[in-house]
Amino acid sequence: MKRVYVNEAWCLGCHLCEYNCAFANSGLSDMVLALKGKPIYPRIHVEENEQISYAVSCRHCKDPVCVKSCIAGALSKQDGVIRIDKNKCVACYTCVLVCPYGALAPSEAGVMQKCELCLQNACGEPACVKGCPNRAIVYEERGEAE
Amino acid sequence: MGVEFIYPEFEVVRNDARCIACRVCERQCSNEVHAFSAERGAMVSDETKCVNCQRCVSLCPTRALKIVKSDCTLRENANWSNQTIREVYKQASSGGVLLSSMGNPKNFPVYWDKILINASQVTNPSIDPLREPMETHVSLGKKPDRISRGADGKIVCELPPQIDLAMPVMFSAMSYGSISYNAHASLARAATELGILYNTGEGGLHEDFYRYGPNTIVQVASGRFGVHEDYLEAGSAIEIKMGQGAKPGIGGHLPGAKIVGDVSRTRMIPEGSDAISPAPHHDIYSIEDLRQLVYSLKEATEYRKPIIVKVAAVHNIAAIASGIARSGADIIAIDGFRGGTGAAPTLIRDNVGIPIELALASVDQRLRDEGIRNNVSLVVGGSIRSAADVIKAVALGADACYIATAALLALGCHLCRTCQTGKCNWGIATQRPDLVKRLNPDVGSERLVNLMTAWRREIMELMGGMGINSIEALRGNRLMLRGVGLNETELRILGVAHAGE
Repeated sequence: MKRVYVNEAWCLGCHLCEYNCAFANSGLSDMVLALKGKPIYPRIHVEENEQISYAVSCRHCKDPVCVKSCIAGALSKQDGVIRIDKNKCVACYTCVLVCPYGALAPSEAGVMQKCELCLQNACGEPACVKGCPNRAIVYEERGEAE
Repeated sequence: MGVEFIYPEFEVVRNDARCIACRVCERQCSNEVHAFSAERGAMVSDETKCVNCQRCVSLCPTRALKIVKSDCTLRENANWSNQTIREVYKQASSGGVLLSSMGNPKNFPVYWDKILINASQVTNPSIDPLREPMETHVSLGKKPDRISRGADGKIVCELPPQIDLAMPVMFSAMSYGSISYNAHASLARAATELGILYNTGEGGLHEDFYRYGPNTIVQVASGRFGVHEDYLEAGSAIEIKMGQGAKPGIGGHLPGAKIVGDVSRTRMIPEGSDAISPAPHHDIYSIEDLRQLVYSLKEATEYRKPIIVKVAAVHNIAAIASGIARSGADIIAIDGFRGGTGAAPTLIRDNVGIPIELALASVDQRLRDEGIRNNVSLVVGGSIRSAADVIKAVALGADACYIATAALLALGCHLCRTCQTGKCNWGIATQRPDLVKRLNPDVGSERLVNLMTAWRREIMELMGGMGINSIEALRGNRLMLRGVGLNETELRILGVAHAGE
């Protein structure tokens, strides 16, 4: 299965991925309309200090602890992609606590959200990958066990 | 302020209706032009620091930015241009020599643009490169004057050492130090994939790049930085740098601030020490001295590698080239006055040297007249901007072209011409790790390969149009060229007829 991978050697810490993510998942066709003057809720986050930076999003784990821990049955694995049903999420934050990558976070509406590889939005391919100016984020098949 | 104030050359125009304050511009600008003002809740900019490298413009996700030339102007004066007056102001306040980077931007004639290429019509067939074979391969080095036979009557096939190129273009010298590790990695990888060569420049060869040796020219310059036995052995050819088109007659100076870590180790000089390349080679004061260095390098590499001598195009270039052709060198590289640089005194860059087109034509003619054209191959550089320039250069007599500015453009350079500051926002002319990483060699080498592939296709199209199916058959074929808007002297030097003749 194709996954999003980050090569920290090429990450510039420009944070474009966060904005592209927030825009792709906004459901709007105008980035300015989607993002101007409001806080953004991206599903990918750049971790950084002075020397290093890299973007983190859901790893779509083989054995996902978030799915196991979800008390509402909102998280599930479909064709290898961990998906969240926002209608079921009760915002208990258990998944946030257990995810070792910090890949889940609250959405604007309060319930949790996570990277679903842009397969459910109009982008069709991960927007973070498409917009990365230095090919630091890639979407590729690396042959790991599903 | 006051008398020292010079109004900024560029203005940052931000379309506030579009700006989403993502601060990408702020994070990407090493000159610290952009900042987020919490009080105003908006982005602000300080255009006094802007060099117009277009990094922010290129990365702004909403296209909210543009950089424009300031229209705050001094009174129009055809003699005292705004630029000249500003330079006087700068010198009056600093007392220093003005520094610039990249090639001469002044409005001198570009002869490439005054030469037109022929095509076949009716009386001779053109060739379609998509359907018929078309040869762009060239080999550089000394060629024998005549066929000779051994004792057994068979033709002697051994040639002096040659460089083989899949197309008549190479990446010219840019040192590690003046450009970044990732820029070198991109050039080395692209040259290898393309079957051409890149040139280390005078800063030595980083140990990681020895594996690209078959596609490398190693340079020996007046500072002798990074030169040792393994280095000479590493490449396919050795280039002695006598001069550079952007700054003929002067040496180089890489500031100590750029001599860090691997650059220091590769150059074999202490960290933080200035890397000063003397203006002359201190052991070369004549053609005979040059011959000694040529043969020293041949001895050191057991006559297995061609030796290139690179000179800047200057007034007596034909006589100089004649001397070099007799010095034992295998290849002469001539760099025209528009060639780029990582830093040069502005006055030298803009006023010294001659156009490569004229230098090439006169050198090729002189070597033919003297019957020594086969002694050497000719490589020309100094603003070869397109495949058309390559074709024109070959028709004027060049065996191959050197390109560097075009290669840097492919890597992301936007020709802001401030390499000397070491803060290149595109990760090319810098050693700052956070900036160097902006050039991913996966992307860089791919773009270089794309550019050269495109040029090779265009070269084949142009050759096909002329009914020529081999670049060798085009070399020195000045009948394929015509001048437009050139005077008698220019046409005579170029050796081409005027259009219509």
